[in-house]
Amino acid sequence: MMKCKRCRSKAEVQIRHHNAAFCRPCFIFFFQRQVQRSIEKQRMFTAQDHVLVAVSGGKDSLALWDVLIDLGYRTVGLHLALGIGDYSHISTTKTVEFAHRRAVRLITVDLEADGLAIPTLARFTNRPACAACGTTKRHQFDRVAFENGFTVLATGHNLDDEAARLLGNVMHWQVHHLAKQGPVLEPVHERFARKVKPLYRISEYETAVYAFFRGIDYVVDECPNSVGATQLTYKDMLNRLEAVMPGSKLTFVQDFLKSGRPAFSPGTDGAPQSCEVCGMASFGTLCSYCRLRREVERAQDTWKVPRTASGSGR
Amino acid sequence: MVITLLPQRKHIEIEGRRRVADILRQLGLLPGTVMVIRGDALVTDEEVVEANETIEIRNVISGG
Repeated sequence: MMKCKRCRSKAEVQIRHHNAAFCRPCFIFFFQRQVQRSIEKQRMFTAQDHVLVAVSGGKDSLALWDVLIDLGYRTVGLHLALGIGDYSHISTTKTVEFAHRRAVRLITVDLEADGLAIPTLARFTNRPACAACGTTKRHQFDRVAFENGFTVLATGHNLDDEAARLLGNVMHWQVHHLAKQGPVLEPVHERFARKVKPLYRISEYETAVYAFFRGIDYVVDECPNSVGATQLTYKDMLNRLEAVMPGSKLTFVQDFLKSGRPAFSPGTDGAPQSCEVCGMASFGTLCSYCRLRREVERAQDTWKVPRTASGSGR
Repeated sequence: MVITLLPQRKHIEIEGRRRVADILRQLGLLPGTVMVIRGDALVTDEEVVEANETIEIRNVISGG
């Protein structure tokens, strides 16, 4: 019988890359302590900060929010209702229910109500849905953080996300991206919050186990747009490596941060300007999101499609 | 045993009792990419699932 590393009772979960097994209470303790240590070691935020937590309804972001609440941090959730059919409806329902159960504040931005649901953006701009989604998320996270006075924005990116992103950046030698990839991104614009990833050393398996042990009701289904995503190919490659050499993903990311990243220069883009429409960061007169919105409006005018957007400039 | 795969919502049957590690190998699933759930508990790779039991194998890898 496999025994818990801490208390020697029957283990319920095995974590190969730590060469350890845990019972349920000890795993929850171990998981929360790992998150706390990452926050402190990387100086992400303190108990005095107001932290905005981006919450999708998936296991990672809900697990992150759950830990931060338990650790006593001052958090508010931010959920974007993306308008991707049933997937988004279920995601929103589960996020709202979590916030209600934990009695914490949740800010929800309904993109569909603004006429800017992801399928609409993809359709009228002829861009991949994931590209439109990424631009939207970055803008809305920054905007809501700024408008509500948050200085820290936390996301649920985990070790597998970071390792896959690192592999992608290396495969294409994205040297400017490599210079910036890490668990903390300091603000480079007056309207930016510090962006942090407290789960960056914790595997996707561990966050799923934590969510399961804590009884967190998360969305098990995948976003329908993620089918065939490049990131999944990278994750599969890394998981094959991990199966043969446990600890490979953690070593890849940790050693990159220690020895690899300092070798890359952040580039010469300079400081961003401010978008003339929304005031958020931009490289040019308009930010990426306002450019996207403008493309949608032009296409809708051309195709004579009635707009449902509120025109609030959000 | 009856196995439910999530998120596919697919049900498969395997004859006899098996170690979890062997079940995963037979299904071509890598350790650390799925949770194996029996009732309201996780089961580790070395544990045995009896022929008359039902388990859920839930994918943990997301592509968002």
